[in-house]
Amino acid sequence: MEISLAHYLALAAILFGIGMFGVLTRRNAVGILMSIELMFNAVNINLVAFNRFVTPADFTGQIFSIFVIVVAAAEATVGLAIVLLIYRNFRDIFVDNINLMKW
Amino acid sequence: MDSAIVPYLFYLFSFVIVVSGLLVVTMKDIFHCALFLILCLFSVAGIYVLLGADFIAAVQVLLYVGAIAVLMIFAIMLTAKVSGIGIKQQNEQVPIAIVTTVAFVAIALYGLGKTIWNIKIDAVIPDNTTMAIGKLLMTTYVVPFEIVSVVLLAALIGAIVIARRN
Repeated sequence: MEISLAHYLALAAILFGIGMFGVLTRRNAVGILMSIELMFNAVNINLVAFNRFVTPADFTGQIFSIFVIVVAAAEATVGLAIVLLIYRNFRDIFVDNINLMKW
Repeated sequence: MDSAIVPYLFYLFSFVIVVSGLLVVTMKDIFHCALFLILCLFSVAGIYVLLGADFIAAVQVLLYVGAIAVLMIFAIMLTAKVSGIGIKQQNEQVPIAIVTTVAFVAIALYGLGKTIWNIKIDAVIPDNTTMAIGKLLMTTYVVPFEIVSVVLLAALIGAIVIARRN
């Protein structure tokens, strides 16, 4: 039995769905950031799988996934700094309680 | 790699990824969520190895497991008082989120089942990807490479400025 491109894409779609569910339902801001990391990983699986099956000699997908990982690191750094600042000011990181800009 | 065990490894890693991913988004204790996130990211690195992307797998372990997951745990420790057992961790959107997610995944799976992919079967899979990626990063992709390092520096400075005390 051979593992085809569709297998990897199906895995990535399911992982993306799991991350989306987490983003939609989590109250904890750190939990939302972790769910976003799951979605980034789903995208990276897609990129590397396409690289392996469609353009194996060009490495386009692998280069793109490196950039995705770097931007994810930047996002996590800034996001967690914002979470810490919110926690310091509100004593709370539940996003449904932080509604200062909502009227 | 011996290609006979690839399907078994794929299903093993997929099972671990899906189960630990579900635990990440549903567990009560956010610290346990972070630990299962690490397990999930490790399994994704295994999937990269199966796909012949050894450099990406190493970057995944170094950056995600080594840096981002530790950063997450650090943030959880600093905000520890709001992650107790008795506190509700999910909002009231759970039913509609389940419907949306299942619909999205179903549409995605249906679409990728119907699509005919432009697969190159006879292409040569290189053994060592690190040297080729390094060369490409320094030649064809040198501008995005420099830009992304500026982005990283900006994020670093931004995080310090945001999180420091006055």
